[in-house]
Amino acid sequence: MERDARFAGTAKLLLALAVGLMVFKAILPQGMIRPPEWLVLPFADWINVVFSFLQNDLGLMAVTRAFSAVVEWLLNVTANLLYGKSRWPNLGPIPWSVIAVTAFMAGYALKGWRLGLISGGTFVWIALMGQWKWAMETLSVIVVAAPFSVILGLVLAVLAWRSPRFERVLNPILSIAQSLPHFAYMIPVVVFIGVGPKAGAIVTIIFSVPPMIRMTLLGLKKVPEEVIEAAKMSGATRWQLLTRARIPTARSEILIGVNQVIMQCLAMVVLASFIGMPGLGQKLLQLLQSLKIGLSVEIGITIILLAVTLDRLTKAWALRQPMHEAASPSWITRNRLLLIWLTLCAIGFGLAHVFPYFLEVERRQALSVAGPVDALMDHLIRLITPVTLWLRWFLITWVLIPMRDAYLWLPFTAVLVLLAALGWAIGGLRSALICVAYFGLIAASGWWDRAMITVYMVCISVLIAAILAIPLALWGARNPERAGRILLICDTAQTFPSFIYLIPVIMLFGVNDVAVVAAVVVFAAVPLVRYTIEGLRNVPPEMIEAANMSGATQAQLLWHVRLPLALPTMLVGANQSVMFSLFMVIIAAFIGTQDLGQEMQRALSSTDVGKGLVLGFAVAFMGLLTDHLITRWSETRKRALGI
Amino acid sequence: MTESVISCHNVSKIFGPNPAQHLANLKADPSLTQAGYVHAVREVNLEIRRGEMLVVMGLSGSGKSTLVRCLSRLIEITGGTVTVEGRDIATLSEPDLIDLRRRKMGMVFQSFGLLPHRSVLENVAFPLEMRGQDRATRYSRAREMLELVGLKGREDYFPRELSGGQQQRVGIARSLAVEPDIWFLDEPFSALDPLIRREMQDEFLRLKGMMNKTIVFITHDFDEALRLADRIAIMKDGRIEQCDTPDKIVLHPATDYVAKFTSEIDRARVVHIGSLVRPLTAPPSGEPVPAHRTIRDLARQLISDPRVEIPVINAQGAVIGSVLRQAALDVLLGDAQ
Ligand SMILES: Nc1ncnc2c1ncn2[C@@H]1O[C@H](COP(=O)(O)OP(=O)(O)O)[C@@H](O)[C@H]1O
Ligand SMILES: [Mg+2]
Repeated sequence: MERDARFAGTAKLLLALAVGLMVFKAILPQGMIRPPEWLVLPFADWINVVFSFLQNDLGLMAVTRAFSAVVEWLLNVTANLLYGKSRWPNLGPIPWSVIAVTAFMAGYALKGWRLGLISGGTFVWIALMGQWKWAMETLSVIVVAAPFSVILGLVLAVLAWRSPRFERVLNPILSIAQSLPHFAYMIPVVVFIGVGPKAGAIVTIIFSVPPMIRMTLLGLKKVPEEVIEAAKMSGATRWQLLTRARIPTARSEILIGVNQVIMQCLAMVVLASFIGMPGLGQKLLQLLQSLKIGLSVEIGITIILLAVTLDRLTKAWALRQPMHEAASPSWITRNRLLLIWLTLCAIGFGLAHVFPYFLEVERRQALSVAGPVDALMDHLIRLITPVTLWLRWFLITWVLIPMRDAYLWLPFTAVLVLLAALGWAIGGLRSALICVAYFGLIAASGWWDRAMITVYMVCISVLIAAILAIPLALWGARNPERAGRILLICDTAQTFPSFIYLIPVIMLFGVNDVAVVAAVVVFAAVPLVRYTIEGLRNVPPEMIEAANMSGATQAQLLWHVRLPLALPTMLVGANQSVMFSLFMVIIAAFIGTQDLGQEMQRALSSTDVGKGLVLGFAVAFMGLLTDHLITRWSETRKRALGI
Repeated sequence: MTESVISCHNVSKIFGPNPAQHLANLKADPSLTQAGYVHAVREVNLEIRRGEMLVVMGLSGSGKSTLVRCLSRLIEITGGTVTVEGRDIATLSEPDLIDLRRRKMGMVFQSFGLLPHRSVLENVAFPLEMRGQDRATRYSRAREMLELVGLKGREDYFPRELSGGQQQRVGIARSLAVEPDIWFLDEPFSALDPLIRREMQDEFLRLKGMMNKTIVFITHDFDEALRLADRIAIMKDGRIEQCDTPDKIVLHPATDYVAKFTSEIDRARVVHIGSLVRPLTAPPSGEPVPAHRTIRDLARQLISDPRVEIPVINAQGAVIGSVLRQAALDVLLGDAQ
């Protein structure tokens, strides 16, 4: 407490200094308003030098080429099997009916009828809507990339687990990697590999490794010591210990890692359309750019269905507990699922042979909901256009532009001091230094104005998201059933690739700042709702009973008991929310913003690695700064509450 | 009978960043305590004889688990030596150590330590699998072991589908699958409900009677210790306060701590006639009593017997001395010493 009081004193002093800097902006020298020339360091050039050294002198190019040749070969194999690209082994395409039946059986075997219908139905929808080829292009990349990521993640996690020193090095790298926006990964890959499916697959592999490492490491550490001791006493060698005791016991965590890898793969592969990856993402991008709403809704539904299917299947696999089978003498009863699957596949192949419709649904046979959707949307839009127009006008003139101008007006020294004050208030000198270091680096990168626009977009979006999300969550948490339903919706919404969120907002607001903010708001609101409900739900009932016994009203209960106890959990949501909005702002850049995202897109099209990575790091530092502050704050709150 | 299988000489275990340094510092200043260091086992000297059952007991945190892990080198000791069958185990190479565990040792754990992804049968066969035995042999041996512990018919179950007592039976079967000479049990029944615990103790005594193993059994439950032990070692703060037969421990506690520990105990249940025996002063007269019975067992007879001195016979029926009725009654009525 005494320590906190001292923090508060210094923080107030710093705050006063920041306000002073703002008030006396008029008499400040130019060098204190914007980062002066001498402060801006040519990071981009340095990175480019390093990369060209790696590329030309170190012969890394040869290594990456070799690796990408392997990936390309695998991509060709899956492409042949999934959609009949004429490459070795020239067996494909597998009829869609067979794949749909297989998906159904997988769902049924893992969880039951419902999951079977969801996963089988997804593929039936894709086929009937005539999107088979695009979806399979997308899926073939996931099929190749996910195993690479999983194996890479496993190996790195085992190494980190064995050597604490390696873990210490790996941890900060993972933190940065997980806060780098998607595009920052693409630029170096384009430099080394070029554009196209191969590059898409490789960027997907790299992007989805970090969560696998994190989850595996977590799992390996959670294995009970007695299990390991029992295996040692059974005379296991180190290798046996790892492969037969430790890794299998960490199965659930590892499979949750696999689930995350697959979801990351899907998100990335959709975005990889920006570097020429064909498939659903590319189609969606084209349709959105030409404002074909109905058709993009169709693709959007497909992507959502795929996301839900992949997520549910892998989660069901991860959570599945081993169960003994009733002893049964006959081979047929023991393997009945396998037999049913084989029979269904045979029927599928047979049908496909006789009726080509079951092999591949051609474009002209395909169903489409685009017409009705467009008509409905036209109608709807005509109806609500006055509202959206007004909202757009209001937001742009009264909120967005004034806020943006205010952020840009701030002298950079004032921002740094303000952050120092915030850091000091939350975590003392160390946090203050961390804040100043992160933003100091952003100032030194030379992208101050762009960065401030990104900051403003994120701040305004998270603010609006909080205004919408917290009342919703409070309302939701009042009734356990309702809370359960809302959580299910949030969980599902979190599995959607971020790109999807752009469809409805473009539909409603067109292509402009408001659309970006709207997309970010929705995307950022999901974790806020989710964690607020979780936090409120997990308040210990004894506390509520105790408060009730002391005669608290509902409002007092909320303000003095439930919200304070839920705060640490809500902060986790806020953290994710900021992270998500940063990513979304960058992705939404192609709609047209003037922030770091736009510059990153330019760097991508001119394959400027240095610039791209500098911008990426700038975004990552914003994320890491928020993460640091919120984590510290949540820790102090938790300690104060004794939980 | 007196050959020692495991012997500990001045064994110490310190947890902390630099244990060896801390041990050296302790030599200079024995009362040293330093943040970050836990002295879990202190200067333990112990001989464990072939075929005996030694129960190590003490409150939780007294270093029992650490000590037993030092005996199998699951934990590297900081000071002293542990010798198993004449070999200093600290000097064993990794393959030798693995070989020792594969052939000589079995261990049962408090929270069972079963592999959750393997069926009961595969869990029991695990040590055999490590030894590289083929599938058919190891499964048939595992079935045999499961039958022995009364789990026939549950071979295909997974650990989480069994109750705590059943899981511990699996743990016992696994530890016995390789027919170890030395059997370690670290609080095997502490996680179980009292009723099941009793049942498992009986089961354990049955198994013990069927084989001739050296057993180190850990418990924090004195009743359990008394029920099972040949000898009891009582630990406190990493030290062994006393290591002796149950009779001696209750009749002649070495320290105040041990005395306090045993004060609540019904001595008559523990003390055998044999431990009160003294040389005959007169020729034996009348019906003798057997040495291996407890005073409680013979309470009725002791109270009504008119003799001052009652002759005692051993298991073979030979007279080995006599017991003073008054001494036995003192134990029975709780005012010995
Ligand atoms: N791996 C470890 N690291 C640090 N301290 C430990 C470790 N294992 C045990 N200890 C400490 O050693 C002491 C003895 O523990 P333990 O042998 O488990 O006691 P018991 O089995 O008698 O309950 C305890 O104070 C415990 O906290
Ligand atoms: Mg213990």
